[in-house]
Order: sequence, then C-alpha cells, then structure tokens
Amino acid sequence: MATLDSKIPEGDLKDKWTNYKEHQHLVNPANKRKIDIIVVGTGLAGGAAAASLAEMGFKVKAFCYQDSPRRAHSIAAQGGINAAKNYPNDGDSVYRLFYDTIKGGDYRAREANVYRLAEVSNSIIDQCVAQGVPFAREYGGLLANRSFGGALVSRTFYARGQTGQQLLLGAYSALSRQIGLGNVEMHSRTEMMDLVMIDGRCRGIVTRDLLTGEIKSHFAHCVILATGGYGNVYFLSTNAMGSNGSAAMKAYRKGAYFANPCMVQIHPTCIPQHGDYQSKLTLMSESLRNDGRIWVPKKKEDAEKLRKGLITANDIPDEDRDFYLENRYPAFGNLVPRDVASRNAKERCDAGYGVNSTGNAVFLDFSYAIKRLGKDVVEQRYGNLFQMYQKITDQDPYEVPMMIYPAIHYTMGGIWVDYELSTTIPGLFAAGEANFSDHGANRLGASALMQGLADGYFVLPYTVQEYLADQFNVKRINPAENEAFQKAEKEVKEYINKLMSINGKNSVDHYHKELGKIMWNNVGMARTKESLETAIKEIKALREEFWKNVRIPGKADELNVELEKANRVADFLELGELIARDALHRNESCGGHFREESQEEGEAKRDDENFMYVGAWEYKGYNQEPELHKEPLNYQFIKVQKRNYKTGK
Amino acid sequence: MAEHTGLNLTLRVWRQENRHAQGRFETYEVKNISTEASFLEMMDILNEQLINEGKQPVAFDHDCREGICGMCSLFINGRAHGPDDDITTCQLHMRKFHDGQTITIEPWRSGGFPIIRDLMVDRSAYDKIMQAGGFVSVSTGGVPDANAIPIPKADADEAMDAAACIGCGACAATCKNGSAMLFVSAKVSQLALLPQGRAEAAKRAKAMVAKMDELGFGNCTNTGACELECPKSVSIAHIARLNREFLKANIKD
Repeated sequence: MATLDSKIPEGDLKDKWTNYKEHQHLVNPANKRKIDIIVVGTGLAGGAAAASLAEMGFKVKAFCYQDSPRRAHSIAAQGGINAAKNYPNDGDSVYRLFYDTIKGGDYRAREANVYRLAEVSNSIIDQCVAQGVPFAREYGGLLANRSFGGALVSRTFYARGQTGQQLLLGAYSALSRQIGLGNVEMHSRTEMMDLVMIDGRCRGIVTRDLLTGEIKSHFAHCVILATGGYGNVYFLSTNAMGSNGSAAMKAYRKGAYFANPCMVQIHPTCIPQHGDYQSKLTLMSESLRNDGRIWVPKKKEDAEKLRKGLITANDIPDEDRDFYLENRYPAFGNLVPRDVASRNAKERCDAGYGVNSTGNAVFLDFSYAIKRLGKDVVEQRYGNLFQMYQKITDQDPYEVPMMIYPAIHYTMGGIWVDYELSTTIPGLFAAGEANFSDHGANRLGASALMQGLADGYFVLPYTVQEYLADQFNVKRINPAENEAFQKAEKEVKEYINKLMSINGKNSVDHYHKELGKIMWNNVGMARTKESLETAIKEIKALREEFWKNVRIPGKADELNVELEKANRVADFLELGELIARDALHRNESCGGHFREESQEEGEAKRDDENFMYVGAWEYKGYNQEPELHKEPLNYQFIKVQKRNYKTGK
Repeated sequence: MAEHTGLNLTLRVWRQENRHAQGRFETYEVKNISTEASFLEMMDILNEQLINEGKQPVAFDHDCREGICGMCSLFINGRAHGPDDDITTCQLHMRKFHDGQTITIEPWRSGGFPIIRDLMVDRSAYDKIMQAGGFVSVSTGGVPDANAIPIPKADADEAMDAAACIGCGACAATCKNGSAMLFVSAKVSQLALLPQGRAEAAKRAKAMVAKMDELGFGNCTNTGACELECPKSVSIAHIARLNREFLKANIKD
C-alpha cells in the first residue's frame, strides 16, 4: 500500500512556503525551452498556470472543451475573491484568513496548504489589478471590499456581480498574450480522453477533437489537470452544462487517488427548481446575504397559503416572520457558512414552512435593506443579480422577496495532491477545483477564485519546476513512434466504439437525470447509512443499464454532442458511486457532508477521534471496491474546535 | 407564482451538415412547452424528441446557461439572442412566446463566423483579435501593490461597463457590415481607461484593429445595431473611444 506523503516542508507555519521556495530546484532558462507542459482546462487555475509557465519560458500546450478559453465556468463566479489585505483596517491578517478557511472547512483541510493560500492571496489582487481587472473602487480611488459568509471582516474584492468573469478574462488576456507570442499552443473544442503513462510517469494525453472526432496524442514532460469540479454528477447543479469529472476519473483509473469525494457543497442561495425539463440551477451570489434577510413564516398556515398562492410575502407582518438564521446564529446571522445556511433552509422546508408552490423555497428579503439604504444603493450593489433573477422568475425582487433554495454548487473533494499539488502519479498535477486541497469539508464564499488563481499564478510555477528540474534531459517523444501512446490511442478508440455500438433506446440525458435523482435524494444534503447503501445499489444497476441501452445517434468521427455527453455520463456513473461510498464510510457530519446519524441538538457533529483524516481512494478496477487510504490531519498550529457561529467568542 | 402554461410551437430550424454543405430550414413541432422553461430547455426537449425518433439532434453552442460564458448564440425570429433585451439566449424564457407561434431559429450569420454545423459557428476570430493585443503586457509576479495607483471611481466603473463584454459575437452578427468594432472597442476602451493599460494603449488599438480587418470583419458605419442587441449593453461610446485611440496612435506615427 502506497503511503500518502503530503510533503509538507519543515518549519514554522509562517516559514514553510518561503523555505520551500528558497530551497527548491530550478530549471535554467535554456532548458525551459526544451520542456513541454500540458495544461488541461483553462479556467482560473489552468489559464493562470498556462500563462505563467509560458511566461517563464516553458513550452505549454493548453486544452479546453469550450470554443474559447474565455468561456470556462470560473466565469460564472459572481461575488468576489478573498485576500488578507486588511485595507478596511478591520483586523484582518494572513493568519485570520487562514484560520477562517480552516474553521469554515470544519477542520478537514491541511494546515500548510491553507496557510500558503492565505499568504499568496494578496499577490493575486496585485496581479489582477496590474492586468487591468476593473475591481470596484471607493470614491478616493482605492479598492472596495465587502463581507462574505464565515468571516467577521470585509476582505472580499469584487467587480460588481461578475468577479469570476473579470478574473477569468484577466487570466485569459495573459494566456492570449502567450498564445500570440507562440509560447502556448491552444487546443479549444478538444477533450482529454486519457493519460499516457511511460515508466510510471505521466507523459502526455490522448484527446478527441470535438469538431472532427479525431483522436490524437500529445507528449509533455508533465501534465496539469485544472478541469474543475464534478457537481454535475447530480445532473442539476449551478455548474455549466459541459462541466464534467471525466479528466479526474481518467486520472483516477490510471492511479491518481481521489480524495474526499463526498465533500460536495450545496449552495444556499439558488433559484428553486421549476420543472422536470430543467437543465440547470442558477446561483444567486452569496453577497446577497450581506443585505438580504432570510426568513420563512412562523405559522404553518401562512406557509400553506403562500404555497397555494392565496397570499404573498408582503401580506405577512414582521412579527409573523421567522428570521431563523438571525435567531439561531446571532453572531453571524445571515452570513453563516454555506453548509449551515443550506441545512437550515432544508430543515425549515422539511418542517412544512417552505414558501413556493413545491414547498422547497425560503425568502431572501431586500425590503429592509431598501428601507435602510434606499433603492439606489441596493441597485448599485446587486442590480445585475436582481435583473438576472427577474429574467428567470418573472418576479421583481425590489417589490417581493426572492425565493431561494439550496443547490449543488462546488466540490471540495477532488484528486488527491500533496503540498506541491502533485497527484499520486509522478508528473501529474491537479489544480483549482479539480484537486481536493484547501477547502476541507466546506468552502467559504469568495475562496474558490482565490484558490484557483493561487494554484495557477503562484504555486504551480514553483512546484512544477521542482519536478522538472531533472527532466530537461528527457527527449521529446513523438507519439506516432511510441508504443505507449499508440496503445493509449487504440484503447480510447475502442472505448468510443463500445459506446457507439450500444445503439440502445434511451438518450444520454435520460441516464444523467436518473443518476441525478438518485444522488440528490440519497447523497444530498442529509445522508444516512440506508440512503447511501441504496444509492450504491441503484447506481450500479443504472450503470449496467446505461451500457446496455444508451442511444448515441450519429458517428464517432464527426461533431457528436451526444457522444461527448455519453463519455462524461459514463464517468459520472462511476464517480457517483465513489461519492456514495466515501459518504458511507465517513460516519460523521462535517461541513457539507451531513450524516443524520451524527448530530447534536440539530447541529452537525464531527467525530475528530475517528475521522480527522483525508480519505483518498485508490481505483481497483471496474466494479471492484476501491481501496481507502488515510492521510491523517495533524493540526499543529491551531486549536481544533467545534465550529461556533452563535456567540461571537 | 407565475402561471405555467403549455405552449404548442412550430420551429423552423436552420440545418447544415458542415461549413461547405448547403443549408436549409427544417420544420419541427414541439408540444406543451412550459412558459417557465428557458429557450434552450425547449431546444433540449426538441433534441430529446429527435433522438427518440432516431434523427440527428440540432447542434447549438451553450454552456453556463446563466448568461455569462458567452457560448450561446442564435438568431431567434430575426433577433440576436431573441425577443428580449439585455439577455443572452440561455436567459430567454418561453413566456416571451405565445401558443401556436412559429419560431425561426438561425445561426449567427457573419463572414467572420463560419458555420460549423446547424446553429453552431466558429468564433475563434475573436480569440485571435484578443491575442493581437487585448491585454496588458505584465507577467506574473513583480507588480506593485494593488492600491499603489488610485483610479477614480468613475473611470473604474466605465472600464467595468466595457469589460462586461462576454465575447458572444451578437454585435458582429447583427451588424449589416459584419463589423466587430463593439467587441474590439470594449477591450480597447477598458484598458485605455485604466492607468495600467495606458502604456500600451496606442499599440493595442492599432494591433487589434489590424487583426480585425485581416480576419474579414467589416467597417463600422455607426448604425448602433450592435449596442441594441448586445446582451451586456456595451455602449457604442466605446467605439468613439477606440476611434480616438486609433487616430492618436496613427498621428503619433
């Protein structure tokens, strides 16, 4: 059994990253030109890494399934990006950002990684401003901040409700510059189909051109996966339609361990589901919780009348409104972390207080903010979000409260990586949402952008170099003349032929939706031993049925959207089971993972004695039980506590 | 709650095997479409129907389905992103249509955006324009503190207005000249407004305009159609700024 060596550098928490950088190996400029690096995925992590590595002199090949790197789903992040600048002078520091992130993650993240994340956060803001990212500013011309869930300081930088867009376009502009200079070879509308291993190291990938169906191989001295999260296992999520877990699953099957797959974030403020034909759920930024108050009626009969459409929210007087987050968590109020807000919404709805026709919604009310600040200020802060809400629901949030419900949003779990962001496969790195590293069991708002850019701009450029320091002598391999590449290509073609030849009767979406239902009902916001065992059984059966009965029209050697989806859903059908297995084994509640068996006075109950570790799964073959490896979490620099969002002390 | 109504619709959809093939309209019927569904969800239903009938589904681009990635397109009844203002096709909802209506669905039609298949077009020209100069030439690391240079709020806000562009291509597709000026001006203007981008402002304007011309986009004749159909309301005032930057750059030469 392989041991999981997290490779945390020696020394005090504050010195680890500095020590690492000061003692790492470097590659001389002339040799950098001889080294190829593949980056799969061009969102914040991948785009930033590809640009930065190319600037340093490496030859980079970047891949994305979209028609342009500018479309990666990082673009949809609304609210902001955290950094420990302490510009507002409200007591923030690198340590405090680190502490909040570890605590928000319910003490299931690695101390050293999270500290480094907090440490480089300030450089990210500097970098983005230099690129021309138009962050919000105060009248004096300096940068503005706002607050987000799980923090008592204002440390979130933002560009209206489009922060992810602006940061991604910043990384995209840096990437575009390198493409223009010939340092990055960009392959858009291209999907990674497999990794190629030579002598135990990752040496390249096999891809499918989504326009022509051509299967092609690409060599590199190392490969970086920055392919995002796997929330679409649940079919309905806030992810883009194309977001998938396939690259991660292909890596998992080649020997990369998959860590904490059950740690999935369910975001509290999404627009509720409206019908069976629904294709995705839309997030309303967490920043809305700064000024919006969350409530349901105190009286069940009011909730019933609301559901029937007999009254509206405005008919219920203040004294009959239950501001349950403010009442239950006075210190943080509406700004409790996401997992807490989501579970409480579900609890209220399950208890019969839900407010829309399906009973699965709570109010997010801006009337108080409008009274306090005026409509103009509210519009300035959230105008585009209000417009988005109105376009989707046909209701005006300036007049009636928004209705929101939790939805799958982000995956804290992912490919296991060490301090260097290296997976268990030498030469394979994972960055951004694709890895598991920094958010533990729950991610705080405005931290995904921070992590993606930290990995891409400021971590990988160092750690990848450490790996490559003795690789410049490895000559470039021509895949056409290499057995391993030829074998991998052949396997990919056979796999595609297998999918195409099923010729069954149900569409790919049919299976995806079925999988989504199993996942949401059994591996969703509240999980039990029974529900998880049911899920494992049902997913297995569904997977078998998929391989017998899926129908993919068209041909393999042309543009074939159904084939693209089938490849992704086939992987989801295995990943779903892995999530359920991980959730079943983790018989505790922590962060986004809530086991009904493990609670105390209605709050999640962690079991530090038995579960203070990262659960990393090793693939053992199709339909074989994977093997669990444990990376113990040793908290040396902070005291592990029960998360308390109630008292403020 | 809004009323759910089921719509029966006739769809005239542009079908074209590939860039060089002859295209044509095909007519399809869809039934009982909820007014609460999005336009692309209606397209999903059509495709599910076609797959079940053993036919080829309609190819169209889409991804985030929340109006920000810029991947969706479509001319719907003659309008880029359909019959609603300030939104992308993926944000368009079926309540904007009525029962029994015929909806004509076409791809972007512009010299700069060749058709790939059906409703899917190739917009890589926009990437190439960006690669020509749509950036500030800074590398990672070694930059000053973010607050070292104060930027007047009004400038930052205007830069943000321009930066809101999602690169969807509605501007060029709508323009009778097939001009990409709104797209190019959005980036030139954003970076010209910020001190970080000033150093290269002249070079940038020239390089991006040259690339745009080279890729076969037409000239701007100030019809303003682009601004009207832009899902992010990017203003043609940015085109004026681009023209100023371009002129200044050429006078300097």
